Amino acid sequence: MDTSIWAKMKTQPLLSVRDLSKFYGGRIGCADVNFDLFPGEVLGIVGESGSGKSTLLSCLAGHLAPDRGEVIFATTEGPRDTVLMAEAARRRLARTDWAYVHQNPRDGLRMGVSAGGNVGERLMAVGARHYGQIREAAVDWLGRVEIAADRVDDRPNAFSGGMQQRLQIARNLVTGPRLVFMDEPTGGLDVSVQARLLDLLRGLVREMGLSAIIVTHDLAVVRLLADRLMVMKGGYVVEQGLTDQVLDDPQHEYTQLLVSSVLQV
Amino acid sequence: MTDQSAYNFAYLDEQTKRMIRRAILKGVAIPGYQVPFASREMPMPYGWGTGGVQVTAACLVPEDRLKVIDQGADDTTNAVSIRRFFQRTAGVAVTEATEEATVIQTRHRIPETPLTEGQILVYQVPIPEPLRFLEPRETETRKMHELEDYGLMHVKLYEDISRHGQIATAYDYPVKVEGRYVMDPSPIPKFDNPKLVGNAAIQLFGAGREQRIYALPPYSEAISLDFEDYPFAASKADHACDLCAAPDSYLDEVITDDQGSRMFVCSDTDFCASRRKAGHVGPMGTPMAGG
Amino acid sequence: MAVSPGECLGLVGASGSGKSTLMRMIWGNYLAASGSIMVGDVDVAKAAPREIIALRRGTLGYVSQFLRVVPRVPTVDVVAEPLLTLGVPVAEARGRAMALLAQLNIPERLWSLSPTTFSGGEQQRVNIARGFVHPYPALLLDEPTASLDAVNREVVLSLIEGAKARGAAIIGIFHDEQARARLCDRLVDVTQFTPKAVQ
Repeated sequence: MDTSIWAKMKTQPLLSVRDLSKFYGGRIGCADVNFDLFPGEVLGIVGESGSGKSTLLSCLAGHLAPDRGEVIFATTEGPRDTVLMAEAARRRLARTDWAYVHQNPRDGLRMGVSAGGNVGERLMAVGARHYGQIREAAVDWLGRVEIAADRVDDRPNAFSGGMQQRLQIARNLVTGPRLVFMDEPTGGLDVSVQARLLDLLRGLVREMGLSAIIVTHDLAVVRLLADRLMVMKGGYVVEQGLTDQVLDDPQHEYTQLLVSSVLQV
Repeated sequence: MTDQSAYNFAYLDEQTKRMIRRAILKGVAIPGYQVPFASREMPMPYGWGTGGVQVTAACLVPEDRLKVIDQGADDTTNAVSIRRFFQRTAGVAVTEATEEATVIQTRHRIPETPLTEGQILVYQVPIPEPLRFLEPRETETRKMHELEDYGLMHVKLYEDISRHGQIATAYDYPVKVEGRYVMDPSPIPKFDNPKLVGNAAIQLFGAGREQRIYALPPYSEAISLDFEDYPFAASKADHACDLCAAPDSYLDEVITDDQGSRMFVCSDTDFCASRRKAGHVGPMGTPMAGG
Repeated sequence: MAVSPGECLGLVGASGSGKSTLMRMIWGNYLAASGSIMVGDVDVAKAAPREIIALRRGTLGYVSQFLRVVPRVPTVDVVAEPLLTLGVPVAEARGRAMALLAQLNIPERLWSLSPTTFSGGEQQRVNIARGFVHPYPALLLDEPTASLDAVNREVVLSLIEGAKARGAAIIGIFHDEQARARLCDRLVDVTQFTPKAVQ
């Protein structure tokens, strides 16, 4: 019964979020968030500024401590609540199984370190000690994000915004993570550069079987990247479902407003 | 400074010395770990060895014999003034001979003559944090030490090789102590790194401005970080000393005229003089009396 | 209503009677308020998003009237993508995509360009190529022959006949009556499902 084993594996979530809440004093950051993310799935989180989507992402990625709830990740040793994890274990996750792509590449890159050093850092952090192999992996990854090999020794501040963002992605994916958190990955880039980045991300997600959680306010981005969508308002998830279903047949009045607010080109 | 009795022994008051000794003991107990301490204002500017001077002051007893070197030399301004400072405020005996000294304060070198049990080597440290140049946040570097998150150290060496074709870090070369803490050995040349390892003396490091003390107890392990395909190598000028003909000591290059003539001499003045007294003569040296 | 393997069912009814809505509900794009939509053993009306995604990946193909793609991606990759998500090696996927584009008379010089700037008829054929590049056991076709010339219409009709012959269950909307007559085994008038105003 191969199919049932296969089905069972597929039904094991990579990330399970239960009743996640974060408060800033009396104000709600995000509240009562529940969802499962399965291997290979891309989840989009949309909402306007202040809707709690960035707070939620920070809580998921361990950058903020939630006030309540569980974030259970399927580690190689089985499911673990990352909220209760020791800092050391969480950091190990953050540089092996997880990746975090910041909106501003300057937040995710070491600007004083060459492109090769930026990509190699995660490898060295997990114990790679062979310069030649580290460099080879760096050049390989620069190629995969369409940066020429002869730029390997250049520093990121010699790169354009789009290249910096691709470099940040390479730096994050070099250790073969299973879950990628992205905060407005195409924000701040001009439209044609965005398209190239979207295509690159789609390809990488497909080839590596990545799961991803993408926070954005750009509905066009989630339509092209995300399998599933979560719509947030005032810290709460007001609607979630299949991306094209939520966008084309929105049920909640806020989603209807959001979808109808998009400028048509 | 005529009336010595106006000062407490070795300048610092007893409470301060006690506080520093506690930091030193903690440092010895946790090799390579940077212990914070309440650094005092000293009658000399930061950068002139205020950290080393405070550690030395806390270690000295009246029976001690003190040696002070700067870049290996006993006769430079910094070495002479610190030596005089302790002569006046502690009244301890001083010496230039490495083997006679019980406490040696040093800037940027480890003496060539092997140290022995019972000796204390005190290093002056400008920047104690090996991660500082890549990570400016103190909160973050402390967290990195706590979690042994040392990937960044190798990024620095990686950058060296990619830019210079080899690990160009020639001094301040980081070591991992007893398999735990990564430590900055102060700006000694990497030629001296092997002497950190398994040394019989107690090695103490004091950073005055940064308010940190750390230590290597006798016979500690200190592995210089490197890559498998670019292994650590202790290097020196490919020369013998022009004065004493020593083939294996660390050399200073000295320009001797406006035509670019130069000579290589031992940076360790005591080592060089002892060899010349024993009859060794280099190509530009003259035989010395004595021995 | 039900469709069997190898059968083609045509949806008919006046504009606004709900043909496209019904089709989009089967695709999972519109939520069903009640009832069930079984595709194989998955109930689209109640399935979790990932079950619908899996269904769309391997089982259910959809040729809509609109082409929605990442800008700047070459046509050949747009067509090959459904195969790539199924894990088909890149060279093989592109090979099948190119064969299909050639069959649909898309000039080879356009293959490396993004279809976003193509004419309506060309975009329609790229969309059809995407829907036929993998042999889906079930297919939804929304006006597949609209805006096509006679030659290409014939190519598309024979593609659909081929799919029927290999056993695909097909639901289609065809305004083209000749095509409807040639392909459809049965017709369902959706007007009977349209909510009536209560008198």
